Amino acid sequence: MTLARRLALFWLPAYAAFYVLFLYAPVLLLPLFSVNDSATPTLPLAGFTLRWYSQLAGNQEMINAAWNSLRVGVSAAVLSTLLGICGARALTRYRFAGQRPMGALIMAPLILPEIIVGVSLLLVLLSFGMSLSLVTVTLGHVLICVPYSMVVLMSGFEGFDRSLEEASADLGESAFGTFRRVTLPMVAPAILSSLLVSFTISLDEFIIAFFLSGPDPTLPIYIFGQLRFAARLPAVLALGTIMLVASFLLVTIAEILRRRAARRTHTSGGLFV
Amino acid sequence: MTATADNARSQLAGTGAGRPLLHSEQAKGLALVSPTFLYAFVLLLLPILVVVAHSFWTQDYLTIDRTFTLENYRLALTEPIYQDLLLRSIFISVTVSIVTVILAYPIAYFISFHGGPHKNLWLFIIMVPFWTSYLLRVMSWKVILGYQGVLNTGLMGVGIIDEPSSALLYNTTAVVITLTHAWAAFAILPIFVSLEKVDRSLLEAARDLGDGPVRSFLRVTLPLSLPGVIAALLIVMIPTVGDYVTPRLVGGTDGVMIANAIQAQFGRAANWPLGAALSVTTMVAVSLVAATVVIGIRTLARAFR
Repeated sequence: MTLARRLALFWLPAYAAFYVLFLYAPVLLLPLFSVNDSATPTLPLAGFTLRWYSQLAGNQEMINAAWNSLRVGVSAAVLSTLLGICGARALTRYRFAGQRPMGALIMAPLILPEIIVGVSLLLVLLSFGMSLSLVTVTLGHVLICVPYSMVVLMSGFEGFDRSLEEASADLGESAFGTFRRVTLPMVAPAILSSLLVSFTISLDEFIIAFFLSGPDPTLPIYIFGQLRFAARLPAVLALGTIMLVASFLLVTIAEILRRRAARRTHTSGGLFV
Repeated sequence: MTATADNARSQLAGTGAGRPLLHSEQAKGLALVSPTFLYAFVLLLLPILVVVAHSFWTQDYLTIDRTFTLENYRLALTEPIYQDLLLRSIFISVTVSIVTVILAYPIAYFISFHGGPHKNLWLFIIMVPFWTSYLLRVMSWKVILGYQGVLNTGLMGVGIIDEPSSALLYNTTAVVITLTHAWAAFAILPIFVSLEKVDRSLLEAARDLGDGPVRSFLRVTLPLSLPGVIAALLIVMIPTVGDYVTPRLVGGTDGVMIANAIQAQFGRAANWPLGAALSVTTMVAVSLVAATVVIGIRTLARAFR
């Protein structure tokens, strides 16, 4: 066996396995220590317990934060998906002057440091005398969710067979009827996928919320505040575990939906490619 | 395919009696993109311009003195503390981006060339941790590297060390490790995409012409995937320079970065113009460094070909 073949057949897969382990091990420590019967996350494990989870259930401060996150997340998801639909449809369906610079600005939050986005929004909102609240957090979250919505929706819209819409119009459907009976069913999975992805991003987002939130904290802000108290770490780990599971489920469903949308319009690529 | 059809159609529309049609395509496109564009324009571009404007002004107790000055930039560039923080942030972001890309390349290569029918599954597996909360991932590194953390207690349990080491947490290395982990998935995608575009028949040609696997990798695959490598470097380098959470949670005093100073100016210190100047300086500096790295890689690639 040549060196190159050994590399391809053994070392590369072995490296891939190690890499996945490196990616997952730190993340999986949270669930592990969230059921560990000890006030500090140390080895060896002390035994199984669910008391950190039951502590959470009675924590009104945490429940309020969760409620805030839910409201911000749903609003941000709906708004960024609506804006994403406009942008993605415009960029995939039409050719127009200024398309590239406009697209670049819309996608810019993907590459800008989040602190720059947060600080500049903060400065403008305060200069205009707006007080910080969940509304300002939502405004910021929409900004950073739109690029992701665009990616998901463009993969659903691209390759969309326009002759189907034309056929529907030729057969006498109104513009709205065509949209409702032809366009919408084809792109519905992509839209749902965009909603889920944006919600997940908003739910997990910390920096923008850190700068733009007023007296009402979102869940990551609440967690950040709790990190100062060592004694509350296990409860934070339990909460973190719940958020991990939620993110995982939402993203998995979003990816399944996106693939279904891409299959319908016969394209590939998107969130993960 | 569709794009060509669209082009053909718009060209048809342009050449025939359909001038208004072309015009209306322009108008429809602009109308449809405008809500999204205006949102980004009002809440991103304008605010950034406002930050730039502030960086030339002065904080006068509670109000802003709007006479033009370069004092903030003088402070940002000459105060030793800001110099240190800026250099350290650049150093950390460059290190993290290079390490991340080097670690990510073999995975992207493996998935692209040996992923078989499971390419999408592999990508999904690698992307999932990225979708979990960034704050939580940094927090787990704090749990791992801490004085009473998993690594210390684990190593003591196995008997490799006798007492916990305090060298693991609260330093630059901890920041680099955490950021490398956090951005791993982001580097894989662009490299994977560029590897997918490598025409496999070129590799066959190289082999037929007598190149071994190593030579054909160095002379065909690697140069062709360079755009992906460069994109990956930038995608990691630019956002990490302004990272706030990681230095705050695992950096200690030794690992503080420029974002922490920027945050302080907008928080406790309440000197917006200085914070603005620090932000602008950071962005300009990281752009210059990124440009240098890109040009360096391209020159290197040409020299080797």
